[in-house]
Amino acid sequence: MKKLINGTDTVITDALAGMAAAHPSLRVDQENRVIYRASGPRPGKVGLVSGGGSGHEPLHGGFVGYGMLDAACPGEIFTSPVPDQVVEATSAVDGGAGVLHIVKNYTGDVLNFTMAAELSGDEGVEVASVLVNDDVAVQDSLYTAGRRGTGATLFVEKIAGALAETGAPLAEVAAVGADVNARSRSFGVALSPCVTPAAGKPTFELGETEVELGIGIHGEPGRTRVPAAPARNLVRAALSAIHDDLGLSGENLVLVNGMGGTPLIELYIAFAEVDSYLRERGAQITRSLVGNYVTSLDMQGFSITVCRLTDELTRLWDAPVETPGLRWGR
Amino acid sequence: MDTPFFTAWFEEITDVVAVQREHLTELDAAIGDADHGANLDRGFKAVREALAAKPPASPGAALVLAGSTLIRKVGGASGPLYGTAFREMGKAVGDAPEVSPELLAEALAAALAGVQKLGSAEEGDKTMVDALAPAVRAFSQAVRDGGDAPEAAARAALEGAAATIPLTARKGRASYLGPRSAGHEDPGAASTALILEALRATGTR
Repeated sequence: MKKLINGTDTVITDALAGMAAAHPSLRVDQENRVIYRASGPRPGKVGLVSGGGSGHEPLHGGFVGYGMLDAACPGEIFTSPVPDQVVEATSAVDGGAGVLHIVKNYTGDVLNFTMAAELSGDEGVEVASVLVNDDVAVQDSLYTAGRRGTGATLFVEKIAGALAETGAPLAEVAAVGADVNARSRSFGVALSPCVTPAAGKPTFELGETEVELGIGIHGEPGRTRVPAAPARNLVRAALSAIHDDLGLSGENLVLVNGMGGTPLIELYIAFAEVDSYLRERGAQITRSLVGNYVTSLDMQGFSITVCRLTDELTRLWDAPVETPGLRWGR
Repeated sequence: MDTPFFTAWFEEITDVVAVQREHLTELDAAIGDADHGANLDRGFKAVREALAAKPPASPGAALVLAGSTLIRKVGGASGPLYGTAFREMGKAVGDAPEVSPELLAEALAAALAGVQKLGSAEEGDKTMVDALAPAVRAFSQAVRDGGDAPEAAARAALEGAAATIPLTARKGRASYLGPRSAGHEDPGAASTALILEALRATGTR
């Protein structure tokens, strides 16, 4: 499989160099592998740090900037960052008001961020964490590692980031992040597996006429495999899983997210189906986002994330944001 | 077993992980995210460099340095888990210049306890614990019986890893697959078996 890379060992370094060159608003620390706002920490503002495996761009580095993250720690492809990166980022963004870690619920991310939070605590930085676990495809039970963090991560980063800009204390910023996560659910569908640079071949096999329901964002297979079907059916399968868990009503923020290899025109086809499904249930889409935001390299497919909004969450969503991946109102 | 023995063990692990890199990655592709071989290869190469750059003064120091390096370099779940395993071993042997089989048995038990505390996995969850726990038991038993402890541990780990094939994963990324995780060997159990086989091979050189 052809890849636009210089070599499998330099994928992260080369991509970070590109981000630094393309976005003067960012400062990239290549040695420690951290992406910062070039403007540095603001005294009295809670710092937001997230991170995770690479391959999900623009998550997380593309969401560093005013109104969202203060720093992002990219790991290797689909591998969580190491504690050293997170400790470095945490002390660098601390403006004296503490630091919030936004962590997707995967065993590796949780282990590494937990170790980092303890080390940062030893260094005297107050750290709180929000665990994002919005993926309804995984049964949250004793028999799994729990629900995965997927599309709602973007919502948590945006909304907690907006509240942090107002000077709110760490406990409130953490609470709004947890609230957004609790109000959000996601479900993903793959039309093809993805190809990691190191493996050079698909991470799982999927036939020409099959789709995978309930996929995660690391090229892992999903829960069930079904015959390929029109967009309407796939969207309904995803939304009925979300509806069963969340109960769709009221005002909603909806993300129709591309996994990296699906054209925008197909995502809009999916969005139209989401819109009609919610209308049938008397629910409204009051805020929306369509595009590639939480990707899985070159995987074809999409995920739907729904967040049940409140007036306050809508205000925070609308607040100005200026990052490479999201920008409005400024 | 002295400091050069433990350095040689890490050399052996580094070599065998490099050779088995693709195999581990293939196992991981089936039920995980296809990076286990690459991550361990990167991690143990870093361990080799760290041990060469700062030759440790004792077996305990070698084990702690190896563990810390894995935590710092690997990421994912395997970095903290293997890192903790070696760190706990190092702490268990303390600053003893020579590690007796009895002390190594204690150290392996400490590694298992550390891994289970961090990852909260039990035997049967289809994780590295399914190879490590029987290996720790076999090592201790052989020490008590005057048998070949590294040989017994390596065999028990290999059997434990093979026994993960029919299991349904209940921890880690494979658990997302539910029943579809059955029929595949757990990559973490497979790499644990490699590490214990490396221990056996180091002892026979």
